[in-house]
Amino acid sequence: MLDQALSQKLRQIVGENYYRDDREALVAHSYDGTPMLQSLPDGVIYPDNTQQVAEIIKHLAEHRVPVVTRGSGTNLSGGTVPVHGGVVMVMHRMNRILDIDLQNLTATVQPGILTGDFITHIESLGLFYPPDPSSMRISTIGGNIAECSGGLRGLKYGTTKDYVIGLEAVLASGEIIRTGGKLMKDVAGYDLTKLLVGSEGTLAVITEATLKLVPPPKSKKTMIAMYKDLYGAARTVSRIIEAKMIPATLEFMDNPTIRVVDDYAKLGLKRDMDAILLIEQDGDPEAVERDIERIREICESEKADQIEVAKNQEHAEKLLTARRSAFTALARLRPTTILEDATVPRSQIAEMVLRINEIAQKYNVTIATFGHAGDGNLHPTATTDARDADEIHRVELAFEEIFEAAIELGGTITGEHGVGMVKAPYLEWKIGKTGIEIMRGIKQAFDPHNLLNPGKMFANESRKRVVLNRA
Amino acid sequence: MAKSLHLKLDYDQLTNCMRCGFCLPACPTYRETGVEPESPRGRIALMKAVADGIMDPDLAFQKQMNHCLGCRACEPVCPADVKYGQLIEQARDAIEDHANHSVSVNGIRKLVFQGIFPHRKRLKWLGRSLFFYQKSGLRKVVRGSGVMRLFPQHLSEMERILPEATARGVVERLGTFYPAKGETIARVAFFRGCIMDVLFSETNVNTVKLLSEAGFEVVIPNEQACCGALHAHSGEMELAKQLARTNLKVFKEAGVEYIVSNAGGCGALLVEYDHLLREDPEYHELAKWFASRVIDVSLLVLEHGRIPEFAQANTDSSEPLTITYQDSCHLRNVMKSSSAPRQLMRQVANVRFIEMKESDRCCGSAGIYNVTQPQMSGQLLEHKMEHANRTGAKYLLSSNPGCLLQMKLGIHRSGVSEQMEAKHVVDFLYERIVETPQPSDGTT
Ligand SMILES: Cc1cc2nc3c(=O)[nH]c(=O)nc-3n(C[C@H](O)[C@H](O)[C@H](O)COP(=O)(O)OP(=O)(O)OC[C@H]3O[C@@H](n4cnc5c(N)ncnc54)[C@H](O)[C@@H]3O)c2cc1C
Ligand code: SF4
Ligand code: SF4
Repeated sequence: MLDQALSQKLRQIVGENYYRDDREALVAHSYDGTPMLQSLPDGVIYPDNTQQVAEIIKHLAEHRVPVVTRGSGTNLSGGTVPVHGGVVMVMHRMNRILDIDLQNLTATVQPGILTGDFITHIESLGLFYPPDPSSMRISTIGGNIAECSGGLRGLKYGTTKDYVIGLEAVLASGEIIRTGGKLMKDVAGYDLTKLLVGSEGTLAVITEATLKLVPPPKSKKTMIAMYKDLYGAARTVSRIIEAKMIPATLEFMDNPTIRVVDDYAKLGLKRDMDAILLIEQDGDPEAVERDIERIREICESEKADQIEVAKNQEHAEKLLTARRSAFTALARLRPTTILEDATVPRSQIAEMVLRINEIAQKYNVTIATFGHAGDGNLHPTATTDARDADEIHRVELAFEEIFEAAIELGGTITGEHGVGMVKAPYLEWKIGKTGIEIMRGIKQAFDPHNLLNPGKMFANESRKRVVLNRA
Repeated sequence: MAKSLHLKLDYDQLTNCMRCGFCLPACPTYRETGVEPESPRGRIALMKAVADGIMDPDLAFQKQMNHCLGCRACEPVCPADVKYGQLIEQARDAIEDHANHSVSVNGIRKLVFQGIFPHRKRLKWLGRSLFFYQKSGLRKVVRGSGVMRLFPQHLSEMERILPEATARGVVERLGTFYPAKGETIARVAFFRGCIMDVLFSETNVNTVKLLSEAGFEVVIPNEQACCGALHAHSGEMELAKQLARTNLKVFKEAGVEYIVSNAGGCGALLVEYDHLLREDPEYHELAKWFASRVIDVSLLVLEHGRIPEFAQANTDSSEPLTITYQDSCHLRNVMKSSSAPRQLMRQVANVRFIEMKESDRCCGSAGIYNVTQPQMSGQLLEHKMEHANRTGAKYLLSSNPGCLLQMKLGIHRSGVSEQMEAKHVVDFLYERIVETPQPSDGTT
């Protein structure tokens, strides 16, 4: 519980209804989308505007009370679990679209707007905002920015960072800064905009964002290719890129995923396939037609067992269903679903999937892998039961080895879900001691008293590398 | 109470929730308030916190459980297939075990749940009294006297929109058997419901006749009991089970292929009798038999019946009649029937079906929610009517008595009684069936 004077002050700033410290509010903000993590905050606050955010932070800083900024709490890295207590600041009330600039093709929004609502609005104006995390119907733009979320269109269109061109943010001191603007070019000093993107609420509270919009593609085509040989699928991915084509979407499912999806969605997938690729291209109709034809040739030459190009939108939807049901189907298998985020250079996908399967076998756990083949971002997903301590321990060991393997293959421990608490012990593996030091220095400069989302990103202790240093 | 929650809550289901938040945008109370405890994910977290001993089942907890509409819009969108509906019923059941209702609330609960609903005769008596009240001039006196002003506004409004009650239910009017028109496709039993039979007995009669037109012979067992939905949703689990057992016996004896419901709320509990009685070794098998045969009237007619020929809506004008439809949450989310009623309505000649925005969202009726939670219910209804009014529909159709009453209330409140009328889908369809000679039905 916060000290009486402080909570009184917070109530004054936002109004009686928007600061809560009853048990119900505390419990309901003690978790996020990450399995098995929970920790109660001391209070929950719902600011309405930047001024309020600044005032709140100032008072909390005076009392050295930590603050965890929260969008919808859908992150999968423990990013919003208040491990050090303090106040959870929910951004949902700050959900307005402030400006749509058709001359500059930009939109300025508050961070609490739901990504899906924003995209719907933008599309109704005949414009396009490409970042499309699968969680977009629930996640917020602020959360997307803080995690630098990616989506199915990431390969061709990039991720959130490629669309954030200006920010307003409140610093740990309560001061307000503005970075970037409605500018396509800006090299005035360090790029603070990009630094805040992906900073996971540890450097500042984002209170406003200016986003770049683009014209929508004119047409789209979808196809699916099934392989008995994992390497055939992987080579297809490399050869598509080598042929200088960038599909809008290039998704992957491995054999365990295919089986589960087929059980669940009854799509008549061939269960003895080692891999399925789902490919979409968009753009001018002739170019799309040409690309899809060439991609089909590549799939054939890599001995795809079966290739289907969607005849119409309805058929395309059916093909897309396979990939979309992957998560749902896996989530229904066992009570606890741990979806990870290991990423490798796309030339290493087949190697990585084989390693994951070996590791799963070694630890006797179930791990199915699907993900964004086009950008090497794989989601090895363990289906397990939080109540089985022994199995959970084996799952943890398996993931540790999976991260190790990813780094060994030139990859990273997270491609889009962020470091948070879950991946903090492994961060040093990826960026090295010096990397950690420089990042800690940046954190120190922004937040000298470690009040913004403490306990995230930097672990007290890094995991020891058991087998590593071979690479 | 913590202990009984611990016993009653299905810990597996609580663990199955992986807190992904997919259910948040589907939940009306979350959409209205934007706060996590008012969401399915939040409510499950609260239940789990109580089961884990992190939280006491205090008054706030109980209030939050009661604030849920039970519309179950959160279930179809859940990737992990969490049975939220079961969890909330278990929570309410445990709360009820320990409830400290004031004496008057206790009295009313007892009267409603034990005194009236399980007993046909008393329901009829209630219907008769209501009828008497409505017809005798007493209503005029009451309204004139301003007595209703003593009651909360939502109750006095309710009194105004209540349809004419009757003690002559469907059995009194049609008997317990009604033959099929033409060749018989199947023998089906009709579940008449309690409120339906008192306030919408015309709809019940029309349902039976519609089924007959579609080729079904209809049995209406007179010993059937209330479905138990209101009990189950309010935490009176034992009573709900007793009612279910009665129904199982009665309908088994009827020897039918389908058990037809015309009220989404009742139907949803009927299809879950197998779950309700899962721990009852004697009745579980029978409950499975029963649950697998329950079907909504629209779906039965559409998928297994001869679809009757529908006449033009209003023959003398060529201007098509505009209609719109409010889903019954339980029909949609539990009985999984949202397209059948729409398909049937679209087949009626010379109508223009306009889908209203968010027709799949709860209207705030939700059993007795509009009485117990007037504020949230009113807010939801207000949004609903904005969307409904925008369609310019002449008829606002629905498939459940609670929703129908709520729609009537909404029409009354938004002052569009001249332009719009709420109707049950069955009535709409039946009124438009091209007349063919009717078998005598004893309704003289
Ligand atoms: C089923 C499912 C599917 C998913 N699919 C994808 C996917 O395809 N791609 C992907 O990249 N991610 C995905 N995610 C992860 C998650 O949805 C994203 O990370 C999302 O961006 C989080 O948004 P949020 O609003 O829920 O933020 P939260 O989870 O509330 O917060 C995330 C982080 O951002 C910080 N934060 C939030 N708002 C602000 C702000 N205004 N200022 C500063 N910091 C802030 C928080 O402190 C926290 O560290 C998925 C998650 C789930 C559960
Ligand atoms: S969608 Fe299902 S699993 Fe996800 S938070 Fe809601 S109830 Fe839990
Ligand atoms: S049943 Fe309806 S009101 Fe209750 S949590 Fe689910 S969606 Fe929300």
